[in-house]
Amino acid sequence: MISLNKEPFRFYTRQNIIYLLGKNAKNLRDLLSGIKAVPTMSIYYHTHHYLEMHEYLSPEPPNDFAYWITNILLEKSLGEEAASIDLRQFATIEEIRLRLIEVIESYLEANDEMILRDAPQGQEFHFMSARTFVFPTKYTAVDLKQFQKHLKNVSLQSIYYHVFEARLGKKIPDFATWLSSPLNETELAREFRRLDPYTQTLENLRQTLIKLVENRVKEIEYGNP
Amino acid sequence: MVTLNEYEKYVGADVIYELELYAEKLKNVSIQNINSTAVGGGVAEILNRMIPLLRQLDVNAGWDVIKGGEKFFEVTKKMHNALHGKKEQFTQDEIDLYLETNEMNDDVLDNGSDIYFIHDPQPCALIRNKKKKDRWIWRCHIDFSNPDLFTWDFLKQFIEQYDVSVFSAPSFARELKIPQVLISPSIDPLSDKNKDLSQETIDSVLEKYNIDKNRLIVTQISRFDYLKDPVGVVKVFKQVRKYIDCQLVLAGGGATDDPEGAKVLEEVQNITENDPDIFLLLLPPASDIEINALQRASTVVLQKSLREGFGLTVAEALWKSKPVIAGAVGGIPLQISHKYSGLLTHTIDGTAFALKQLLQNPDYAKKLGENGHEHIRKNYLITRHLRDYLLLFISLLNEKHDVVYL
Repeated sequence: MISLNKEPFRFYTRQNIIYLLGKNAKNLRDLLSGIKAVPTMSIYYHTHHYLEMHEYLSPEPPNDFAYWITNILLEKSLGEEAASIDLRQFATIEEIRLRLIEVIESYLEANDEMILRDAPQGQEFHFMSARTFVFPTKYTAVDLKQFQKHLKNVSLQSIYYHVFEARLGKKIPDFATWLSSPLNETELAREFRRLDPYTQTLENLRQTLIKLVENRVKEIEYGNP
Repeated sequence: MVTLNEYEKYVGADVIYELELYAEKLKNVSIQNINSTAVGGGVAEILNRMIPLLRQLDVNAGWDVIKGGEKFFEVTKKMHNALHGKKEQFTQDEIDLYLETNEMNDDVLDNGSDIYFIHDPQPCALIRNKKKKDRWIWRCHIDFSNPDLFTWDFLKQFIEQYDVSVFSAPSFARELKIPQVLISPSIDPLSDKNKDLSQETIDSVLEKYNIDKNRLIVTQISRFDYLKDPVGVVKVFKQVRKYIDCQLVLAGGGATDDPEGAKVLEEVQNITENDPDIFLLLLPPASDIEINALQRASTVVLQKSLREGFGLTVAEALWKSKPVIAGAVGGIPLQISHKYSGLLTHTIDGTAFALKQLLQNPDYAKKLGENGHEHIRKNYLITRHLRDYLLLFISLLNEKHDVVYL
């Protein structure tokens, strides 16, 4: 028997409106000073929007800074380093900002003789930011079976929200939080948390989540509650 | 009339459902769009498609057009050119005419609207009617990357009275006291320019122009304009054809009524030297299906622009899953991530090298085209544009937090 829960899980969705900050970078030093100065939401936007905009491209390029450093400034090794920053290990966006600063500053120090390359005209880095709007959807689940069904129907934006942003916003539960408490599916919640969502497409992530829930539903049906 | 549900097969039911969800938040909110022309031009084209879709979502959206004499539109055309970077001088009489015409159009404003959505510079000074409770948006549809400073300063005094401004590409952002939102333009998959075509239709267009469908076809769709570098495209083609048998199609309109366009066309004709593999097609205005067919028949599409507003021809080609090589200018880098969803180049030699690569590696070219199609499907179709407008309206009615729970 699948566990029932009195507190249903409501799927939310979210959308961003993108703001132009009117601040540009032509080279690495400009980029560094921009990263230090822009609002937190700008760092969030530039490290996460690729996951939405290019979600079919697996698994790179993972963030705007790395893409620009690699493909426009042609600083391949720094680009690789910026691309492989493990975003999952940071609990806040400010920590991500500090890590980016550290990586770029180290590179500049180690290459202080190097002439800084300017981006070709028209390919400057444009700092942007975002405001997020969170909407409740019609999809609610009281048990794992409904949860699995809705995972198939909700938008990728909804998956994105519950995997990436709900964790940071803390107002609305992410998937793992609901699974562990009050649903008491602690092992399944642990498997959800163990996934690295930054290195797969959102559609792949959706399929992985569905598979994990499906397996658990089968286990319960075969008498392993 | 096109219905919103017809887009479901392209974007999915979840996207249509979420548009309804956002629109629900705009119940009892009225929005008045104002521009300077009801027909012709990109803005009218967008509004003609967008307003019916907003209304299908039960959003109370209206659209009105300001009136002005020939002289007013001469002044605003000059303004348009100046904002594109052309040096223009304005007399006091011209400035007065601009302001007076805006004032004379005050009665176009529907006083009961909650949001006024003003498009482009022509009606920009209507902002002088703003009341405290109204929300005003100024939507700039033109390339603002290098404006003439006198014109910019003149307009800025009005723009900064708006609640928010909207630009089409990151490079158009300016230093402004008000927020600047990025909303890219879009293509409509149901329009004649982008809808699916039968193979017979495509073949008939090729036959009409004697283009050989069994040989490789390289195409650039654009006006004959220096900024689209058609001469550069012919040079690219000549370099590539030394090694690979192919044909070049340069198709566009706008040459006959534009003195500069005629000059560019003449230069292109001179450099082509009656080459039978180069097809210069001067298409009349209503040639959307022909353009669609030419794009669909192409092996590779070029957009070798030296300067560009947004460059929606890139989105059109990518939507048809074509591999695209384009100049990294204006809004093109938003549409193409280099080596992922197309190739970005800067020079004639670089473009020729990229073209050889794609013509000789069809699997790679196919992958770029597929990625490009998916990128456009997710980010540059009219449903995304509609979503951005809904969010923009919602954003004006809610408190200014980074995250808003609705």
